[in-house]
Amino acid sequence: MNDKQLLEELLNKHKAGTLKPADRYNIPPQAMPQQDGVARRSNVEEVALGYNETQARLEALRCLGCKNAPCMEGCPVRIKIKDFIVEIVEGNFQKALGIIRENSLLPAVCGRVCPQEVQCQLPCTVGKKFKNVDMSVSIGRLERFVSDWGRKQHENSTPAVAAPTGKKVAILGSGPGGIVVATDVRRAGHDVTIFEAFHKPGGVMVYGIPEFRLPKAIVQEEIDGLEKMGVKIIRNFVAGRTKTVKELMEKDGFDAVYIGVGAGLPMFMNIEGEHLVGVYSANEYLTRANLMKAYDFGKGADTPIAMSKRVAVVGGGNVAMDSARTAVRLGAEKVYLIYRRSEKEMPARVEEVHHAKEEGIEFHLLRNPKRIIGNGDGVVNAIECLKFELGEPDASGRRRPVPIEGSEFTIDVDTVVVAIGNGANPLIGQTTDGLALNKWGNITVDDNCKTSLDGVYAGGDIVLGAATVILAMGQGRTAAAGINEYLAKK
Amino acid sequence: MSHKILSKKELCKDVYIADIEAPLVAAAAKPGQFVIICLQTTYSERIPLTIAGTDEKNGSIRLIWQAVGKSTAEFGHLKVGDELENVLGPLGKPTHIENFGTVVCVGGGIGNAPLLPIAKGMKQAGNKVISILGARNKSLLILEDDFKAISDELIIVTDDGSYGRKAVVTVPLDEICQSQKVDMVVAIGPAIMMKFASQTAVKHNIPVVVSLNTIMIDGTGMCGGCRVEVGGQTKFVCVDGPEFDGSKVNFDLMMKRMQAYKKQEQQALEEYKHKCKIGLDK
Repeated sequence: MNDKQLLEELLNKHKAGTLKPADRYNIPPQAMPQQDGVARRSNVEEVALGYNETQARLEALRCLGCKNAPCMEGCPVRIKIKDFIVEIVEGNFQKALGIIRENSLLPAVCGRVCPQEVQCQLPCTVGKKFKNVDMSVSIGRLERFVSDWGRKQHENSTPAVAAPTGKKVAILGSGPGGIVVATDVRRAGHDVTIFEAFHKPGGVMVYGIPEFRLPKAIVQEEIDGLEKMGVKIIRNFVAGRTKTVKELMEKDGFDAVYIGVGAGLPMFMNIEGEHLVGVYSANEYLTRANLMKAYDFGKGADTPIAMSKRVAVVGGGNVAMDSARTAVRLGAEKVYLIYRRSEKEMPARVEEVHHAKEEGIEFHLLRNPKRIIGNGDGVVNAIECLKFELGEPDASGRRRPVPIEGSEFTIDVDTVVVAIGNGANPLIGQTTDGLALNKWGNITVDDNCKTSLDGVYAGGDIVLGAATVILAMGQGRTAAAGINEYLAKK
Repeated sequence: MSHKILSKKELCKDVYIADIEAPLVAAAAKPGQFVIICLQTTYSERIPLTIAGTDEKNGSIRLIWQAVGKSTAEFGHLKVGDELENVLGPLGKPTHIENFGTVVCVGGGIGNAPLLPIAKGMKQAGNKVISILGARNKSLLILEDDFKAISDELIIVTDDGSYGRKAVVTVPLDEICQSQKVDMVVAIGPAIMMKFASQTAVKHNIPVVVSLNTIMIDGTGMCGGCRVEVGGQTKFVCVDGPEFDGSKVNFDLMMKRMQAYKKQEQQALEEYKHKCKIGLDK
């Protein structure tokens, strides 16, 4: 029986009300169609290709529609997951999209980049039944299917905008948080301007997350949607330098400000050799490759990037995977991923780890750099590492890596990418009197994402430290509600 | 927002001066700060350039740059009325200006451009300003008249002796520091010049400030490409600088880092020159 026949049979049972949970458990989990592992090493096209209609409806039929919907609890923005999934089963994709949109403004993005296996898919009853989260209903892939379906229909989704209120809102940063705030605040009828420091809007979705994981055309559609709603976008504006938050409020008449300026200073390991030529922060490596399109250097793009043969990437998060996989696409013959804990502790999405391995990236787990060794010209030629073993759990609940004395070894490399996180950007804090920061320099906010200053709200990485697109969106939602309420009273 | 080129000329071979429409930057900029320009949004490089002057009334900033690579050459080929798609700024911390007493401003080559607003600021704050300007030869000396107008004393040196004294800038700097009380040295120019100017100032126990122009992408503290070692610590030129205590900067390391893309830069420049020659750039 082929997939179409299986689907038909299952749909008939479903309609007749005779499809039992046991039948649903028997439906094979639908694999994500993807670009060939070898071919994709030399292009930047998207790796995961998305379900077709049959695959989506089969996967949707695996959902038990649990009364308590544990999946929804796992979603930072509380999408009504089982409701949209049942619409996919019925083939009502438009309806499914409407349900997702009630809570998530960027489904095409979230369907691709959310760490579903630790969010909605973690408590999924199907996964629990098999004692394997990989067997959970693929909620993220279904979300992506629905949003891509909507994009293909050119379905005009510009939300309605209320009558003008005469109030002005400034949004600093055009990343996922800023986009969500802009949408929600504009819907309420306020005059909204987004200020972006880079020359292209989209924040981390444009400079950080690579094309092969999140096509930039999708981000551009979201930006275009904002402009259709009447949101103004000013690029090349660095908050705190071009104008301060106070100037925006006192001189330019903005009634409220949302600070969503994202990641700040990249962290380095403070080991010998980190200033050698060929050592990059992941931010720099990815920005050169993505925002500046260095993969097209000599074919239009003017920004260069190291022409590496052997690359070591240090870290175990999504940014580390993105860097390693970018290095492969830039032509590196050998890419090593060095992480000081074991694979189980890696914060990266499981799918990214899986894709990285498929693309030939060599994992060096329980290893950490001790120093980077250069040649006489100050250029990297090796990295010396130390072996580690796992000790007792630390404050984060993950087992602490302990170095093994005398276990040093070196790997020959010409490039090192450090992907171990970011500190807070000090610029806003330094230039905004009275803005409360925590000891790491992140902005302190209350439950409504309000800062210590009236009318000033903040969210995303500048508040949370390193977070995810979905967490930034969640805070954006909260902040927007806070801003709308504040302006209604003002 | 458009950034029209309001005026432009070639100061000397491959060195250009232009006033560019950028009202937000002009209103906020202070001496010592820089901008990042990007000619075209899709593919162009981001180029950090120190602001050589501002005209707030006119809403314009003055940039002086040398065509050293493809992007700066392309910028040099733009004409009055052309537009830059992107100008970001002002970036970096402004120069700390106060009445120190006597300030020696040392400029080398294109470094005279960022030095000028600082020297002006120092003069306005009541300092005695002695300027030393160095160039390889007479034809490469820029902004002499501007410095003459704001300096109590102006010394010109050239490597080949074609104008002024035949010397490097550290020679008159050393003499001045020996013969009179100097309270501050500001040195801006090629890294090697700043290194030796700093050593000269340190020899006389005089505080020295240098302005660094390292490789940079975002200019807002996010990428770390511009990092330098200052007093054994990692500092980001874009947000911690661009000015640093010259006595603490690891210039040797910085010079190596600035060579990182030399091969690619040369390749891009040659291809661009070739295209210009055969008219493909139009």
